[in-house]
Amino acid sequence: MKIIVSVKQVPARDSNLRVASGGKWLDDSDLSYEINEPDAFALEEALQLKDAQGGEVVVVCAGPERAGSTIREALAKGADRGIHLVLPEDAVLDALSTARLLRHAVKNEAPDLILTGLQSDDLGYGQTGVVLAELLGYAHATIIMQVEVLDGALRVKRELEDGWFQYVTLPMPAVLAIQSGIKKLRYATLMGIKRAKMKPVETILAASLGLELGRAAIERVYLPARSKQSQILTGAPEQVAAQLVEKLKFEARVL
Amino acid sequence: MDDSHLSSAAHRSFVSDSFALPKFPDTIEWRTGAKMGRFAGVDYLLVDSLLSEQELLVRQTARQFVDDEVLPVVREAYNQGAFPRKLVSQLGELGFLGANLEGYGCAGMSNVEYGLIMQELERADSGVRSFVSVQGALVMYPILQYGSDAQKEKWLPRLQSGEAIGCFGLTEPDFGSNPSGMRTRAEKRNGEWLLNGEKTWITNGSVAEIAVVWARTSEGIRGFLVEKGTKGYSTSDIHGKLSMRCSVTSSLHFSDCVIPAENQLPCAKGIKAALACLSQARHGIGWGVIGAAMDCYETARTYTLTRKQFDDKPLAGHQLVQEKLVWMITEISKAQLLALHVGRLKDSGKADAAHISMLKRNNVAMALECARISRDLLGANGIMDEYPIMRHLCNLETVKTYEGTDHIHALVIGERITGIPAYR
Ligand SMILES: Cc1cc2nc3c(=O)[nH]c(=O)nc-3n(C[C@H](O)[C@H](O)[C@H](O)COP(=O)(O)OP(=O)(O)OC[C@H]3O[C@@H](n4cnc5c(N)ncnc54)[C@H](O)[C@@H]3O)c2cc1C
Repeated sequence: MKIIVSVKQVPARDSNLRVASGGKWLDDSDLSYEINEPDAFALEEALQLKDAQGGEVVVVCAGPERAGSTIREALAKGADRGIHLVLPEDAVLDALSTARLLRHAVKNEAPDLILTGLQSDDLGYGQTGVVLAELLGYAHATIIMQVEVLDGALRVKRELEDGWFQYVTLPMPAVLAIQSGIKKLRYATLMGIKRAKMKPVETILAASLGLELGRAAIERVYLPARSKQSQILTGAPEQVAAQLVEKLKFEARVL
Repeated sequence: MDDSHLSSAAHRSFVSDSFALPKFPDTIEWRTGAKMGRFAGVDYLLVDSLLSEQELLVRQTARQFVDDEVLPVVREAYNQGAFPRKLVSQLGELGFLGANLEGYGCAGMSNVEYGLIMQELERADSGVRSFVSVQGALVMYPILQYGSDAQKEKWLPRLQSGEAIGCFGLTEPDFGSNPSGMRTRAEKRNGEWLLNGEKTWITNGSVAEIAVVWARTSEGIRGFLVEKGTKGYSTSDIHGKLSMRCSVTSSLHFSDCVIPAENQLPCAKGIKAALACLSQARHGIGWGVIGAAMDCYETARTYTLTRKQFDDKPLAGHQLVQEKLVWMITEISKAQLLALHVGRLKDSGKADAAHISMLKRNNVAMALECARISRDLLGANGIMDEYPIMRHLCNLETVKTYEGTDHIHALVIGERITGIPAYR
C-alpha cells in the first residue's frame, strides 16, 4: 500500500505568540515551529497501516525552507521519503492553492491513500484535504478516527457531533482527513533520526511550477479580547446544580 | 488547468453503513487537550539558535518522552524510594542508553545531542538521569573503550536495549575523593582472578547484571567485569537516603570472588582508565543539572506570577522576587552556553578533564542555588512534594558530591591554572 501523508509546519503551540508590528501575522523572531498536530496523527495512522500492511509512506510538505525539519522528523519516525514544495518564507496560501501544489507533487505517485490532518493549527481552513481529493477525483472523508483496510476499500469511523460516530465504506484511492488524538504518537528514536539522514527528500521550488497560487490576504491578527462575565444561577438546589453541570460541560467545556 | 472541474460525482460511490451513538463518547486517551503542561523550554538568550536541526529533533524526542512518560511517575517513585524500572526498556528503545557511542546498536549521537538528552531527563529527576549516565558513560563506555570484542558483543547490545543493567564500582568505604587509594584487590591464581574487597555508594548496584569493578593488582589498577551470580559476589542496598530516592544505591561485596581471565577489561590500565569514564559521565551531568535548574526556575516563575501578596499584587511583581528570578535565568543562560561550548569542544576532540571539571562544578552549584531560591519563592508550598523543587534540591546535593565533589573539581581547575596540585 502506498500512502502519502501531507504535513504542514506551524508555529509551536507553546511558543510565546506575539502579533507582529503591522498586525498582519505573528512576530517570528523567537517563534519555534512544529508539525501541525492533526498531521502528526495522520502520519501515525499511515505508519501503523504500513506496519500492518507493508508498503511505502511518502510525506509531502508545502512550506518554506525551515519546514524541511518537519519532513525529516517524519522520516525519522519511519516515513520512507519526502517531497518538499518550497515556498517563500512569508507565503500564506489559500486552501485551493495548497491543494494544487500538493496535487502536483502526488499526481505521478499513484497512491492508494492520502492522509492529511483535519485542519491546521495556524490557519484552520479544514479544507485542504477535501479540495485536494476533488482535484484528484478521489473519494474523501473527514474527521477520521479509525481506518480499516478491506479488500481494495476502506472502512472508516468518522466523528460527528455530540458523541455520534459514523462508519463509512469508501473505495481507494481516497483522501482521509484525520482527527487529532486518535492514537498514541510514536517518538522519533535516535536510530530513526540517524537513518532519516539517508532517506531521499525531493525539493521542488513552488514558484517553478507555473501554478496559479492565490494568496489569502490577512487583514488583521489580534488577540481575542478578554472579558469576565459572572452569572448567578437561581432556583432549587437540584436545578441549579444541573444547570451548573450543563454550563461546565457545554459552555466552559471543563467537564 | 485541468482542475477546473471541481467536483465529479462519479467517484462518490461510498456508502454510509451505520451510525453509532455510544453511551459515552469513546475515551480518547491521547486527545491533545489532555496533554497537560508540555514544557516549552527555557531559552532567554536564544541559545537554541546555536543548535542544529538534528540536535533540536533529538531534544524534542527527549522532551516529549519526559513529559509523557517520566514526569508522571517520578514523584511517586521518589516518595516510595523505588526505581521506575519500566522506563528502562523505553529508554533503550529510544536509543538513550549509550546514545553517544558508535556500534552495537548505539545511535552514535554527538556529545551535544547526548547532553540535551541528559538535560531533559534531569528536568524530571536526577535519579533517572543517573541511571542513564551510569549505564552509558560508566558501563557501556569502558566496555567499548577497554573491552575485548567478545566482551563488547556479549554486553553492549543488551546494555543498549536495557535488557541488561550495569553498574560502576569505584568508590570504597574509605576511599571516595581519593579513589586511587582503593583497597579492593585482584590476584591472579591459576589463570583466574581472585577478587576481594568492598565497593560502596554504587548506583544500580543490586539491579545490575554486570558490574564494572576497579581493583588493585600487582600491575596497578585494572578494570573487571563481574557478572551477577558470580560466586563470592553479593550486594546490599543502602537504605535511608533522603536524596536520589528513585535511584538504587548499593554496596558490592567481593569475598574470594573468582573472575575468569576473559572478564578483565584488557585495555584498562591504571586509575586514569577509570577517570576517563568519569569524564564522560561528568560531561553529561554538566548538561543534566541545567534541566533540574530549568524546572525549578519555571516552577518559581509561574508560581510567583499567580500567587498574590500585598495589595493583590503577584509575587513576581515585587522587586526582591524579580531579582531572584533574574539571577536564576542569568545563571541558567550562562550554564547553557558553558555546556554547549564544552560539548562542542568534546565533539571536536578538544575537551579535556579540566574543561569538564569547570562545567560540572559550575553548573551543579548553579542548579543547587536555583533549587534553593525557588524553594524560598514558593514559601510553604516549596516544601511540598506537589512541586518538584524539594526533590530536585535533595537530589542535587548528591550531584554535588558524586563524580568528583565541588572541592575536587576546584582543585582540578586550580592545578590547571597554577601548575600546583593541592589535593594533599
Ligand atoms: C547517590 C550516590 C550515588 C553514587 N554512585 C556511585 C557510583 O555509581 N559509583 C561509584 O564509584 N561511586 C558512586 N558514588 C560515590 C561518590 O562518587 C563519592 O561519594 C564521592 O566521590 C565523594 O566521596 P566521599 O563520599 O567518600 O566523600 P569524601 O571524599 O570523604 O569527601 C567529604 C568532603 O571532604 C572534601 N574533601 C575530600 N578531599 C578533599 C581535599 N583533598 N581537599 C578539599 N576537600 C576535600 C570533599 O570535597 C567533601 O566535601 C555515589 C554517591 C552517592 C551519594
